[in-house]
Amino acid sequence: MSYSLDFGWLYDALGAIARGASMTILLIAVTTVLGTIISVILAAGRRSGNRPLRQAITIYVEVIRNTPFLVQLFFIFFGLPSIGIRLDPISAAILAMTLNMAAYTTEIVGAGLDAVPKGQKEAALALGLRPRQVFVKIVLPQALQIIFPALTSQIVIMMLESAVVSQISVAELTYQGDTLQARTFRAFETYFIITLVYLGLSIALRRLLVGAGRATLPAGVS
Amino acid sequence: MIEFTLWDIIRNLLFATRWTVALSLAAFVGGASVGVLILILRISKTGWLRRFGKGYIALFQGTPLLMQLFLIFFGMPMLGFRIEPWTAAVLCLTFYASAYLAEIWRSGVEALPTGQWDAAASLGLHRIQELRLIILPQAFSITRAPIVGFLVQLIKATALTSIIGFDELLRTSNAINNATFEPFKVYGLVALIFFVLCFPLTQYARMLEARQIAH
Repeated sequence: MSYSLDFGWLYDALGAIARGASMTILLIAVTTVLGTIISVILAAGRRSGNRPLRQAITIYVEVIRNTPFLVQLFFIFFGLPSIGIRLDPISAAILAMTLNMAAYTTEIVGAGLDAVPKGQKEAALALGLRPRQVFVKIVLPQALQIIFPALTSQIVIMMLESAVVSQISVAELTYQGDTLQARTFRAFETYFIITLVYLGLSIALRRLLVGAGRATLPAGVS
Repeated sequence: MIEFTLWDIIRNLLFATRWTVALSLAAFVGGASVGVLILILRISKTGWLRRFGKGYIALFQGTPLLMQLFLIFFGMPMLGFRIEPWTAAVLCLTFYASAYLAEIWRSGVEALPTGQWDAAASLGLHRIQELRLIILPQAFSITRAPIVGFLVQLIKATALTSIIGFDELLRTSNAINNATFEPFKVYGLVALIFFVLCFPLTQYARMLEARQIAH
């Protein structure tokens, strides 16, 4: 049996692929912003004096890190409506992605906070800054700089993992691929092209983040 | 609607868990074998072999696992092989794991002092012996913590094979959910089972890491 590859459908499909890619980019952009903010708050909370708060954050981080993203997604999309929380697919996807990413980045941000020398905090306090100012202006920027490469990797991983939100019919890149292959019966070629788009996106996203880091963070970021 | 007691649900889920465990183990063993080959290519002295190893790792780390599954599942029949979901799942997760394991071990090889290579060479060992007797055992032993950490990632990754129709834990739970209409309970239990599988390994990885830092 011989099989010849056929990419004739590709020209008509470019619009759908572009729409899918934009949705993927939108999802990861929202997730990155929300996830980073939440993880800064949680990482700070985990280092506070409040014991129940610390334990709650630890439980959240461990539960998310030790269960598959797809199960979390199904739990949020299919499970939560039975306790009265009904979300549309896009909100469910953003919620699941944000909760997932924040659990990983809480650990990363935490490691960054721990890596800032104690003297920095003491010096800032000695200068008369309030504790919140010390955190926001002195400790956090240095921590972010330390963890920037790890954070970049985590964002790229999350972007790749977002492919599974197609399973709850969010019209992102993989979903568009599913629809295209159902129409063209060219499953391999379709997913091959979609995979290449993901590869391009992950390379571009990494470049973009490293570039943005270089432009905004004080000293050089590798 | 079929009547399912809580125990029925749990029993069926636990029954399906063995496939999740079997797939994780098969992919880990397969991934380790292929991973050593990729590692050897990645640290080869020959430029194009090294570039191939690097490209292989970048390809698997830069594309979604779901796409890799689809490409194998839909691509193999085109080459004339009939492929079952189980075969596709093992094959795909083996490649996926090999890329990550090779990269972790490479970091181990690079962490070794160059004196180890020099000493191996001065003993008159050739390249394969150097790797087998001196370099790889040390690289494996110092990377034990991230390897266990990756095993957790691999167990979680098996959930994706439900999408191509492999009857592991998550696909079974989808079927149970379609019969019972209790998604909160069913997916909650699935999450719990995955947690019970993964959490001890996470803790073990942490312990190994702490021990390594202490040394």
